[in-house]
Amino acid sequence: MHVDWTIYVTFIGAGLVMLLPREAKTLVRWVALLTGLVGLAIALRSYFSYNDCVDSLIRKTGSGFWEIKNIAWIPALGARYHLAVDGINFPLIVLNGFVCVTGILFSWNIENRTKEFFAFFLTLIAGVYGVFMAMDLFLLFVFYELAIIPKYFIIAIWGSTRKEYGAMKLVLYSFVGSALVFIGVLAVYVAAGGRTFDILELAKHPVSANLQHWMFPLIFAGFAVLAGMWPFHTWAPTGHVAAPTAASMLLAGVVMKLGSYGCLRAAMLVFPEGLSYWRWCIAGLAVIGIIYGAAVALVQKDFKFIIGYSSVSHMGFVLLGLATLNVIGMSGAVLQMFSHGIVASLLFAVAGRMVYDRTHTRQLDELGGLAKIIPFACVTFVIAGAASMGLPGFSGFVAEIQILAGAFEMNPWLAVGAAVSIPITVAYILNANNKVFMEKDEAGHGHTETAHAHPLPPITVPEKVAGVILMALLVIIGLYPSIMLNMIQKNVALFVGGLR
Amino acid sequence: MKSVSYLMVAKSLGPHLLLVVGALVALTADLAFFRQKELAVRRRGVGVITLVALVLGMLALIRQYGWWHPVNLLNGTLVVDQLTVVFAMVIVALTAVTVVISMEHEIGRHVGEYYATMLFAAVGMMVLVTTEDLITIFVALELLSLCLYILTAFHKNWLRSQEAALKYFMFGAVASAFLLFGLSYLYGVTGATNLRAMPAVLTGMNPLVGTGLLFVLVGFGFKVAVVPFHLWAPDAYEGAPTPVTAYIATGSKVASFFVLLKLLFVGLVGAQGTAFWGHFSSGWVMLLAVMATLSMVLGNFVAIVQRNIKRLLAYSSIAHGGYILIGLIAATKMGAAAVLFYVIVYAITNLGAFGVVAALAGKAGGDDVAHFNGMARRAPFLSLLMLIFMLSLAGIPPLGGFFGKFYLFAAAVERDSQNFGLLWLVIVGILTSAVSLYYYLIVLKHIYVHAPAQEDRIATPPSLTFCLGLLALAVVALGVFPQPILTLLSNLLARL
Repeated sequence: MHVDWTIYVTFIGAGLVMLLPREAKTLVRWVALLTGLVGLAIALRSYFSYNDCVDSLIRKTGSGFWEIKNIAWIPALGARYHLAVDGINFPLIVLNGFVCVTGILFSWNIENRTKEFFAFFLTLIAGVYGVFMAMDLFLLFVFYELAIIPKYFIIAIWGSTRKEYGAMKLVLYSFVGSALVFIGVLAVYVAAGGRTFDILELAKHPVSANLQHWMFPLIFAGFAVLAGMWPFHTWAPTGHVAAPTAASMLLAGVVMKLGSYGCLRAAMLVFPEGLSYWRWCIAGLAVIGIIYGAAVALVQKDFKFIIGYSSVSHMGFVLLGLATLNVIGMSGAVLQMFSHGIVASLLFAVAGRMVYDRTHTRQLDELGGLAKIIPFACVTFVIAGAASMGLPGFSGFVAEIQILAGAFEMNPWLAVGAAVSIPITVAYILNANNKVFMEKDEAGHGHTETAHAHPLPPITVPEKVAGVILMALLVIIGLYPSIMLNMIQKNVALFVGGLR
Repeated sequence: MKSVSYLMVAKSLGPHLLLVVGALVALTADLAFFRQKELAVRRRGVGVITLVALVLGMLALIRQYGWWHPVNLLNGTLVVDQLTVVFAMVIVALTAVTVVISMEHEIGRHVGEYYATMLFAAVGMMVLVTTEDLITIFVALELLSLCLYILTAFHKNWLRSQEAALKYFMFGAVASAFLLFGLSYLYGVTGATNLRAMPAVLTGMNPLVGTGLLFVLVGFGFKVAVVPFHLWAPDAYEGAPTPVTAYIATGSKVASFFVLLKLLFVGLVGAQGTAFWGHFSSGWVMLLAVMATLSMVLGNFVAIVQRNIKRLLAYSSIAHGGYILIGLIAATKMGAAAVLFYVIVYAITNLGAFGVVAALAGKAGGDDVAHFNGMARRAPFLSLLMLIFMLSLAGIPPLGGFFGKFYLFAAAVERDSQNFGLLWLVIVGILTSAVSLYYYLIVLKHIYVHAPAQEDRIATPPSLTFCLGLLALAVVALGVFPQPILTLLSNLLARL
């Protein structure tokens, strides 16, 4: 069972769920969970075997790519079914597996149209697995768009707060982004002779420099829309807020990474000239996004909006890291994709599932004193928040320190600009923590306690399991980063070396 | 003049003749046996007779496909080669599905006449694809159009249907006049009615050719409903009985686009012109570029505000007409293959979408988008099919509509691969198809997201469900494995 089976297993799971009767909700949940677990197990097994052989692979072939499948698909166009993995996409595949499993656990309480929910959810997951493995632009595009549509239904059917608006906005933004990508892909395909969409082939024989200058921004911007790059970020907060918990976990945790991964793989690898032409522009927009996202998060009144804008800020770090074009900065960016995926999933799980599903409000002013009632949520939030601030010992620190170092090497002012966001992040995380979990009135009761006549239901087992898994990941990567950083650095070094 | 082998004529026209006989049998059977029966029984009984005729026609076509050499009789009046046979098959298949849809749909008291007219229309389409002669093209188009006008008016006691038919007829008659006038100019210039003989004489633009070309494109622009000759479409689509709408939107478009392709690529290749950005020169390419741009923009934007699902699909099909024109504008073999591929995918998808509307609208209380609220609960399988059809129209992979669009656009960009001269048209196409996702999602939003008005399940007859399911399967298959059809089309087009 190679890692491409994650795609097939998840699709099969989605199909199975669709065939089950509508009333068998528990069965549906278990089938979905099992599918997620099998996918995760396959991903992890391959991850570690790749980790063991990465050095010998690079020595033998000179590239870090582990070929999985490469067969002709549509010979008339030259599109191939080409899947390959390396140290850059493997962490993201594993991330997708973890977010899938924990997302299902956090959605255990969905009673309305359960079957359809999990069918859409698994389809989305399968599409994401596909994007992360595809090495053919056409195939990548197919998987990428396949992942867009389920998002619409998940948000529009199971979401909250202006769900139909949020869903439509998100889908149209993604689709306009993918339209730009579509134009760019067509252009580079024709310019390269109209025979291949293979990313590695195109990277080996790049098109001429002045073509790259206008094709690069098309593809980069198309993907950057999904990565939440300022000024194309506005779908992210509204989409996240409207989405149900599992979907906002997936959106912030994985789907935004689809964008940044696409930028890296489809735009930066294929257009080295275009990249060096536009990198300062990207770095500048990234820094603006970092500060802007953090500053806006600081003044939000809605718990989920805070996290939504914090995602924009943290994804800015990823884009900044990518623009540095040095090993340390780009490795940091890839690790940040993984780290932020976990952090954002946890934060949204706290805000959406643990708090909102119980209190039915997300307004900071209406919450308070939850630490006493649901202490597990408080602990989770504190740990995820600490990772988000970049506290040493958590994965966020390892990632962001590298990005800052890389940015410093590019231009010290970029690093300074990005670093400004760190105290702001501390401020909004602590503020949210204080308002939601601590604050009490004179009598020693939190707002929530006074507002609810009935005691809030306690944290359920699925929530605890999922929370513990994600928190453990943050700590493991924080204390022992080389488990992931080793393969990332080696592959990034090859990538950077290829640019020179 | 060579002597004509009448046996050959009969063999070549075999499938057409079978359908004509089928139509007469259907009329007679309705008159003789079914007149006293209930309407539902009549619809099914006569429908089955019609289906039998279509199946026999299909078998005859399959035999023709096996012939080893193409037939060209009476100086191009009757041309049978594998390409025309394939398209005749497509038309017969589309007609058969339309008949299945009609069997369960309200079509009034004149059941025999309905099916017979539909078969005559099918014959018109088949003649249209099996000819390379201007006069026969015109006659076939008229046969087809007259049948469709009549079918549009079949809701006899519904004023909208009458109005739609009248409007369709008025516009159609004027368009036919334009077309005939234009064809007469082309004949005057070239002295030939045979498409193959025209390029030898017609080697460039001059005012006479320009006038003829303009008039011909006005006529065809009407038949395929592209802006600015689209005004009849929304009303006709809305007013006609839904199976007829499906037929107008699919079968007649397949035939019209096929013959337009032949006319432009074979006969008028000398008056091509260019539409590269910043480098326009007169010819049909330029005219088509204007029509394509207008269709894509207007069709997609006006569709957004439609509340009736048939009107929405009408504007959507205007927009799709625009996409298809891009393939013609590319004016290459790849462009031709892309046009034919897209036309097939488009026809299958739209027939499916109208089929779902026809199956559900009666029990849903109407064909406004709002009537379809919560359909996912009331008819889960048909809703899933509608999801597939709508997403295919929007161009979402891995469905046929996506691949068709990709292929069309790739053909256009490849036309001038040095300077990307046609990229502007592709950009318009891609951006407007991003707009189109909005209104297709609105339809799906009503079906999947909104709460249903009633909770009861809507039962649909298995024959219809099966046919629509097959169409959906074809849409998926054409998107995931397009290669066999592409190979077939490009092999057959090699002889164009």
